[in-house]
Formats: sequence, structure tokens, C-alpha cells
Amino acid sequence: MKTKSNGKDFCMFALPGMFCFFAVLVVPFVYGVYLTLTDWNGVAKVKNFIGLKNFAGVMKDTQFWTSLLLTFKYVIVVVLLVNIIAFAVAYLLTRGIKGQNFFRAGFFTPNLIGGIVLGYIWQFVFSRVFVNIGEATGWKLFEVSWLSDPGKAFAALVLVSVWQLSGYMILIYVAGFMGLNEDVMEAASIDGATGWIKMTKIVLPLMMSSITICLFLTLSRAFMVYDVNLSLTGGAPYGTTEMAAMHVYEKAFTSRQFGVGQAEALILFIVVAIISGTQVYFTKKQEVEA
Amino acid sequence: MKQTTIGGNKKKVANLLAMVGLIIIFIAYMFPFIMVVINSLKQKRDIIKSPFSWLYTIKGLSFDNFVKAFTQMDFLNAFKNSLIVTVSATVLVTLLAAMLAYYIVRHNNLVSKVTFALMVASMIIPFQAIMIPLVSIYGGTLNVLNHRITLIFMHTGFSMAMSVFMFHGFIKGSVPIALEEAAYIDGCTHAQTFFKIVLPLLKPIISTMVILNALSFWNDFLLPSLVLTDKELLTLPLSTYSFYGTYSADYGTIMAGLLLCVIPILILYLVLQKQIISGVVSGAVK
Repeated sequence: MKTKSNGKDFCMFALPGMFCFFAVLVVPFVYGVYLTLTDWNGVAKVKNFIGLKNFAGVMKDTQFWTSLLLTFKYVIVVVLLVNIIAFAVAYLLTRGIKGQNFFRAGFFTPNLIGGIVLGYIWQFVFSRVFVNIGEATGWKLFEVSWLSDPGKAFAALVLVSVWQLSGYMILIYVAGFMGLNEDVMEAASIDGATGWIKMTKIVLPLMMSSITICLFLTLSRAFMVYDVNLSLTGGAPYGTTEMAAMHVYEKAFTSRQFGVGQAEALILFIVVAIISGTQVYFTKKQEVEA
Repeated sequence: MKQTTIGGNKKKVANLLAMVGLIIIFIAYMFPFIMVVINSLKQKRDIIKSPFSWLYTIKGLSFDNFVKAFTQMDFLNAFKNSLIVTVSATVLVTLLAAMLAYYIVRHNNLVSKVTFALMVASMIIPFQAIMIPLVSIYGGTLNVLNHRITLIFMHTGFSMAMSVFMFHGFIKGSVPIALEEAAYIDGCTHAQTFFKIVLPLLKPIISTMVILNALSFWNDFLLPSLVLTDKELLTLPLSTYSFYGTYSADYGTIMAGLLLCVIPILILYLVLQKQIISGVVSGAVK
């Protein structure tokens, strides 16, 4: 398609899309790196160059490191639970059960609804419904709202995230199970592979590409949790459930320390990039062809 | 022979157990939604007494909550705002991304290569790493926040990389260049070739991208919350947020408001279930 009107083509086909991409993503990203070197407070016209002081500020911001550590804890629990549950449910769903599509569609429903609304729905469940069950049955577990106790509020956040994300991963695992080669499964059965052996030696290796995708998606989503965090706990009680993404927001837009906030956002980005990059590298290596 | 019947029974029992297990998990999954539906029709005192009570009595059952939530949330206006933003941004990103991807596939020059590499790399950048400079540039220097068009533009920019990536794969794999050459011979311009020949061929990937993008635009909270503050412009998630802040103790109204937010999506889901599910799966697997 080499023609004289190459320049015109470029302006018509490529330029509008590129402009949006560069204006919204590339330029702010580069500018963001510059922001970490200034003392901008969000209002002032002048930004003074202060070198790496903001990164020193990050070092001193113990709340950030606490929230990052909490985010790690959250990510590990959520990623494991989501993938185990989704894998198991997808396995059950693809055994030739009636109503497979209905179940699949139902499990996916929470993913259609925004995190803000989901968080509020669950806030009601935790603070009224569960407490009511607790009062009626005398179960200690539900006596006071989970959201008012630091440990249980964390568990609540995990529960809601697992509830939401697993529906999405079920879709991907179901697609993976459906794509398994019938011949290979039959050959394995004829060779006497059953139950656990068949699962670990045949099914799991063949499912590795689905697992790669699901781990990647859950990792990146869990690290960046914000909406549900905001609407379910809002960081309460006493900021004990404030995840890293929320902390960055608070730092920049509430405390008005934009430089420090942006430095923390970049650190968070690098951490996520390294971890999910490593994950994809290692799980991809496990993938096999049938 | 006996062996096989036992095996068959075993399988039946296992399937039955699987079914029972699934139903239990399913009900647990649906539990929060059931609670919302039941309590959206009740008065606050009945809710506090028992969130389950609707199962025994219909005393105090009314649609008052819905009327109140509808007006307090300014539902129609928020719905309209969400619709305008979602539809415009979806159309814009679909069209621009398809054109850009088409250009990249058919022109193997430096600009194409660099742009495409940048886009793939940018997909791992989380929104949080961009939001602060974004506000700084568009709020401070350009001073264009609080306009719907700004939000539409930003949505378009943020989903450009992923969309171009998907279109790129599709065009490369299933749009034969011979068709375009034939069109040129017949005297089509580049624009005509793209809109009359290429675009119709992209239908399957277009429907996938429309679903994925529209869902994420409709539900997005963080970006709109940074861009829009004017009450008249709030999208549905934003107005839910401020509504909840004001009425959080008025459980019945809150439940009705949340249900109002969910219903439009559920109706769409009932109609387009197949397309949405296959769209999400193919979007993730790529």
C-alpha cells in the first residue's frame, strides 16, 4: 500500500487515535516522572525542583509502607482464593451438568456492576444482615459488624473481592476446560490415569495457559483495588484497611502532597510490573501443547 | 458388565453432588442481590428488625423508596450523563482504534512500530500512576475539567492501547489484503476501502470491543470522579456515591437506589448475555 498519499493516510487513519493515546497516557506518564522531582502542591503556579526529596518523603511515609504490606497480604489471599474457587467451580461446571450456561452467566453478574455499587451492597450485608443473623442465632462471628473490627474488615474486603473476581475467572477457566482435547483425556483414562493423577499430570499442564491469564488478571486487579475499598470500608476502621491505591489517592488529593503521591504511584507501578512480569514468565514456561 | 454399571452410578452420584454443590455456591453468590431486592421494598424500621422479614409479612411493603431514591439521586439526569459519555466514548474509541490499527498493520514504518510497541508497553501502567499528572495537566494548565467532552476524550485515550492491540491482531489474522487491492483497482480511495470493505469485515472484533469498552466506561468511578464535580454532569457511579454519602442511614432508600443502578445493566445482560460472555472471554484470552 505504498502510495503518494502516505502523509494524508497517516493524518486520516493514524493521527486521531495516536493523539488521544499520547495526550492522555504518554504525556502525563512522562510528566508524572517529572512531577516527582518537584514540590507542587496542586494549586501553586510555580513548581520548584527539589531533586529526590519526594522519594525521601516516601521513605518516611510509614502509612504508605503499611498499606503496601497490607496490599501484598490482600493480593496473596485474593489471588489464591479466586483461582482455586474459580478453577474448582469451572471444573464442576464442565462435567456435563445441566444449566451450565445459566450458572456461568449468574456467577459473572457481579462483574457487570461497578465496584462502588457492589461495595455498598455488601456494606449493608455486613452491617445489617450478618449482624441480624448474629443477634438471632447468638453466633459470635456475626455479633458485631465485620466492618468495625480491623481484622474482620480486612476479611470482608477479601470476601467481596473474591466474590467479584471469581465469576470472571470462572468464564476463562470454563473456556479452558472446554478446549481440552477429548482424545488426550480419553488416552489418559485408558492408560489408567484417574482422579488426582489425571488432574495434576494431564489437566493442570494443559490448563496452564488459562492459569497464566487468570493469575495475571487477578494480580493486576487485586493490586489496584480501589472502588470496592472506597465504598466497602473507606479505609476504616482507623485506616487499617487502606490499600496502596487508596493511599496514593489520599496522599495526592486529600493531603495535597502531589510529588510524594506521584512517587508512591510510580513505586507501586514498578512493583506491580515486576511481579506480574515474573508471574507471566514463570507460568508461561509451564505451558505445554497437547 | 457389572463393573460398568457401578462406574455409571458412581458418575451419576458424583454429578448429582456437583450439582448440589453448585446450587449452594450459586445461592451464596446471589445472596447480596436477594437482600437488596427484598429490602428495597421495606421501611427502615422493618429492615432493622429483620432484613429477612419480607418472607413472612408484606406489611410496610411499598415503592416509596424507589420514588425517593429516583428523585434524590437525580436518576434520570445521571443515567443520561452516563449514557452520553459511554456511547460517545465507545463509538470514538472503536472507530479511531480500528483506523489506527489498520494503518499500523498496513504500513510497516518506524512510526507504526514505535507507536505499537509503546501501546503494548503502556497496557501494564495502572491508572493510579497517571491520575495525578493528568489532573495537573488538564485541571491546571489547560483548565478543561468539568466538561463531558474531556471525560469522553480521556476514556478514549485510556482504552486506545488495548483496543488497537485487539484490532491489530484481528486485521493481521483475518482481513485479506487481496480484497483491498481489488478495491483499489476498482477505483476506491483509501477511505472508501476502509469504510466499505475493511470495517464490515471487522464486525466480530468490533462487537467484542464495544462490549468491553462500554462496560468499563459505564462502571468507571475513579476517572470521572477526578474530571467531573459539577452536580449536573455526574455519571451514575458518581451520583450513587454522593447519594450514599447523604442517605447512608436510610437503608430502604439506599437499597432502592442501588437496585436502580443495577437494573439497566441486568436488562442489557439478559438480552445480550451470549455476546457479553463471549466478548469478555475473547477479550481476556487474547
